[in-house]
Amino acid sequence: MFTNKGNTATKIGFREGLVEIASENKNVLGLGADITSSVGMDLFAKKFPERFFSFGIAEQNIAAVAAGMALSDKIPFFSTYGVFATLRCADQIRISICYNNVPVKIGGAHAGISVGPDGATHQALEDISIMRTLPNMTVLSPCDANQTKIATIASVKQVNGPCYIRFGRAEFPNFTDENLEFIVGKGQVLKKGSDVSIIATGHMVWEALEAAKFLKNKSINAQVINIHTIKPIDKELIIEAAKKTGAIVTAEEHQIYGGLGSAVAEILSQYYPVPMRIVGMPDCFGESGKPNELMNKYGLTAKNIVQNVMDLVHPL
Amino acid sequence: MLDVSILEQKAKEIRIDVIKSLKEAGSGHLGASLGLADIFTVLYFYELHHKAGVSDWHARDRLILSIGHAAPVLYVSLAHSGYFHPDELKTLRKLGSRLQGHPALCYKLPGVETTSGSLGHGLSIAVGMAISMIIDKTSHKVYCILGDGELQEGSVWEAAMSAAHYKLDNLVAIVDRNEVQIDGNTSEVMDIENLEEKWLGFGWDVLECNGNDIADIIKSFNIAREKTKPVVIIAHTKMGKGVPEIEGNYKWHGKVPNSKQAEKFIDAIINT
Repeated sequence: MFTNKGNTATKIGFREGLVEIASENKNVLGLGADITSSVGMDLFAKKFPERFFSFGIAEQNIAAVAAGMALSDKIPFFSTYGVFATLRCADQIRISICYNNVPVKIGGAHAGISVGPDGATHQALEDISIMRTLPNMTVLSPCDANQTKIATIASVKQVNGPCYIRFGRAEFPNFTDENLEFIVGKGQVLKKGSDVSIIATGHMVWEALEAAKFLKNKSINAQVINIHTIKPIDKELIIEAAKKTGAIVTAEEHQIYGGLGSAVAEILSQYYPVPMRIVGMPDCFGESGKPNELMNKYGLTAKNIVQNVMDLVHPL
Repeated sequence: MLDVSILEQKAKEIRIDVIKSLKEAGSGHLGASLGLADIFTVLYFYELHHKAGVSDWHARDRLILSIGHAAPVLYVSLAHSGYFHPDELKTLRKLGSRLQGHPALCYKLPGVETTSGSLGHGLSIAVGMAISMIIDKTSHKVYCILGDGELQEGSVWEAAMSAAHYKLDNLVAIVDRNEVQIDGNTSEVMDIENLEEKWLGFGWDVLECNGNDIADIIKSFNIAREKTKPVVIIAHTKMGKGVPEIEGNYKWHGKVPNSKQAEKFIDAIINT
């Protein structure tokens, strides 16, 4: 089983991964959007000042500038809060990045409601939905800081085209290591089980593991799957899980519309329908509060996963 | 000594092929393509360092057509430069064609540098390319063609600010100042004046020329090449230039001629 090696913000993984891939690949550039240290690009800017370009608060420009650089054989990363990175420049991402199909890597920081006290304006809860609908886009949503580092490196080594990498600010359990093979597009079975599959992404993966521990006491053997790549999604693994366990609960720190739950439902409804529940942000905006207070209030905890599993596996 | 009359003849041929391809397509934007024919002639047959046979030549100048709806004049200029056979112009806007309604990189038409068609992206892309050239220590240039109506997009000014910030002396923007857009005159739809002061205020050098006068366009490019910061050429053009009966008429922004009109328009071009 996995143990928490210490709570760490997933943005730390992005910070370290970016420096590591930039050390290996001289074409990697970093574009700053004024919040360089807040989104984990400060270390890159310090180590590679000649490859760091500041663009200020101008997301539309930064996205299309990145496209121009990628059209010139560079691999630019730009990072800002996920709300702005995906929505303020959605048209530039759609046309200049995705339709051109160029290797621009977008760091979506402050993902999820766990951003906390900044409130709804800064809580990216629709980013997966927006990004996964764009042709040619790869969407990564790693589960902890270690995996975010690996995913950031993989966004260059394994993905030829555009890539969105989602990560958060608050400190959450860091529990995976490099021995866990990371293949873009392949889900990871973190715990085998036969009664239900909990398919989770991002911070909710740890909650899913906690839920599985609790369910064991209730004699429910839950399988836990980490979907770190929302697009292209691991269709085979999801169908296999449905066939094996006959019930699916998804969990994500994102709106219930258009995120991981929707992606899983799109597959199951067409190829192997089984009873399913989606744990995610209800159709509303967030608010200010501490990360754990917000996760509790909006139903994004192991407890909520357990309730949904019980609903499916032991219906009243 | 450069013979301007040869380029003027080339501009006529480009206009004629623009009309023919749009007539064949049955839809598209005639006005801007005709208005820009002289500028494209100067770019492809005088100004740009490019090799038609080697469209991925690393040291080429880049031309970014930010107003993707002027695709026909780009396609015709590329065909006349030898990037592909002019017969392919007949496929414009048709199913399976490399000549998409707005330029699209993924169809791999030689000479197309980027996808465009959503206004307000091109100058940013040009900035990204210009910075990349500086990183690579190459001495070629990026040219970006903007529409005057397009300057209403705020993102253009984000890009302008960043070009001046990075002192991009390898970037030349050309504004197609035809003073009209789909809804009417730019001064009525959303006034963009005073244009010269705006660009100067954003830290650019500004040149003006008659964008339908080959000699004047060449003069501007010769000056622009020597500038040590980003430079914009405000090129005063007439939408539909070359066909007197439609010149300056904004209704011809997104219209194409039928067979009879096309014949008449081509006659008008030949006889001027």
